[in-house]
Amino acid sequence: MHTARTLFEKVWSQHLVKDETPETPAILYIDLHLIHEVTTPQAFSLLRERKLGVRRPDLTLGTMDHSTPTTPVRSFKDLAVVGEGAANQVIKMQENCKEFGLELHGFDSDFRGIVHVIGPELGATQPGKTIVCGDSHTSTHGAFGALAFGIGTTEVGHVLATQCLLQRKPKTLAININGQLQSGVTAKDVILATIGHIGVDGGTGHVIEYRGSAIDAMDMEARMTVCNMSIEAGARAGMIAPDETTIAYLDGRPQSPRGKDWDMAVARWLALRGDPGAEFDKSISINADELSPMATFGTNPGMVIPVGDVIPDNTGDASFRKALDYMQLSPGKPLSQSRVDVVFIGSCTNSRVSDLQQAADIMRGRKVADGVRMLVVPGSQQIKKAAELIGLDKVFIESGAEWRESGCSMCLGMNGDTVPAGHLSVSTSNRNFEGRQGIGARTILASPMTAAASAIEGRVADPRRYL
Amino acid sequence: MSATDIDTDQIIPARFLTTTSREGLGSKLFHDWRFTGNGAANPEFILNQSESDGCEILVAGRNFGCGSSREHAPWALLDYGLRAVISTEIADIFRSNSLKNGLLPIVVNKATHDWLLDNPGCEVRIDVEKSTITLPNGTMATYPIDHFARYCLLEGIDQLGFLQNHSDAITNFEETRPWKP
Ligand code: SF4
Repeated sequence: MHTARTLFEKVWSQHLVKDETPETPAILYIDLHLIHEVTTPQAFSLLRERKLGVRRPDLTLGTMDHSTPTTPVRSFKDLAVVGEGAANQVIKMQENCKEFGLELHGFDSDFRGIVHVIGPELGATQPGKTIVCGDSHTSTHGAFGALAFGIGTTEVGHVLATQCLLQRKPKTLAININGQLQSGVTAKDVILATIGHIGVDGGTGHVIEYRGSAIDAMDMEARMTVCNMSIEAGARAGMIAPDETTIAYLDGRPQSPRGKDWDMAVARWLALRGDPGAEFDKSISINADELSPMATFGTNPGMVIPVGDVIPDNTGDASFRKALDYMQLSPGKPLSQSRVDVVFIGSCTNSRVSDLQQAADIMRGRKVADGVRMLVVPGSQQIKKAAELIGLDKVFIESGAEWRESGCSMCLGMNGDTVPAGHLSVSTSNRNFEGRQGIGARTILASPMTAAASAIEGRVADPRRYL
Repeated sequence: MSATDIDTDQIIPARFLTTTSREGLGSKLFHDWRFTGNGAANPEFILNQSESDGCEILVAGRNFGCGSSREHAPWALLDYGLRAVISTEIADIFRSNSLKNGLLPIVVNKATHDWLLDNPGCEVRIDVEKSTITLPNGTMATYPIDHFARYCLLEGIDQLGFLQNHSDAITNFEETRPWKP
């Protein structure tokens, strides 16, 4: 008889080429390998050195997102990559994909975009798959009930050559989020509050499963936002059991199964849900009713408070002190007194149509405050098109924001889009590390609504007064 | 380096990731802490102080290596001349990336960690075979390491080769699984 198993355990066991032993790790089969220009060149060099090919080009999908420019252009031919290193990386990516016969969504593809945005968009991300990428936010794809995690470049080489990875089985952590979110409180606030609660290392060694009525009520885009930041809680991956919402999202996507295959896939997907009574190594609960819009004040995503609160005092801790020094913020002061220089809406956390819509609803008929630069960067060319179809671009442009081509952009500032030193940025991305958005840049992480409200006021602002 | 939660963006900032090789990253290690705005060495940063000269082990605060999965982080540490990182907790992906490149991620208890932070520049013995670390005062502690990772380190086994040796099992898995991706 089978013991009750969690969602993670089901997906894990379906992919064991060889189970782990005390001496050797498990050999785990990978169903989808996503690749981008930054973490692959050295892996392709390894293949060349060893005269190896890519085992499953059909399970490998490439895009360019990190080093690519987002300056608005009329045609992709006008896109000019900023910096010699970045340009070289883009060229290498094109050459490598051509040489090894891999599908690449390059500048000429309508599906180009941030790697974690296009996987789901294409329907390549599916429940029950194992998905990896040389990028820590691969956890995003877990929203579909896939086991998805980031790997290093050496491992990218392993997957290219063998379609497998050596892995030790991680532990499981259930995060139960029940209740109903108040209006103005979003998935981003849920995950920020969760990280604040368990800490940036609270999930280390674990795969998280998010459950509960607040998760059930979320659409796929919101679920992706939650799973995206699992890595910021230290976890390997985050997962959500597939349900009708998942299936409705995938129906009709370019790479989704069709006809009889679709019916069979749906039955298989729905059976992935954890069995009643399945046990987790650890479990915590969060009450969704009590959450408010959140904003970070320090230099890691766990340093987070409700946007209207005062900055806590933990100055006995040297790292805390160092973080506040860097942020030029003081304990006891409300975050809302801080003057904002830059607002960034984008990244694999919050660049999908619903994110842009939420921000646009607040911006409509209002202006970006004097002295604030606001950048809106859709996560993919598809999102850009969909947003333009419903006029969101005009809302942003009319309020004084910049409407850009898709890419990672100011999330990590590799492509020339950076926050100047000392400037304070309210960003919908996922990392507020020192210098993440540019040397000396000070980053406050928040939801698209909070970012939009902050752009209007020129200060860190609670979006609820604009609803 | 007692700071906690040192992320890989600090170890090697993103703007230096536009490389397509793994050499030469040591000069960019901890770049924005090591150098001031005009490129001069920051005298307050620990690696620029004389007690760090010639050191091969980095002792850092809890949750070292969190954040981005960039393997450039262990590459930079190794290229700089470091061979081991000691902390009370090391982030998952960084730990795995380190082991694949021969950089030892060593987790010790708080007492050992505190002692190390109080005694910079001292000589510590790390025995990879026995997974022990011995302080100059004679205190010895074992550190946790995956059997297989240790075996690979000691025998110089290449994990890709190990996987390739299982190609029949992989083919068999592909052919017999009940559904295909
Ligand atoms: S948007 Fe940011 S976090 Fe997401 S893949 Fe790009 S750089 Fe990484």
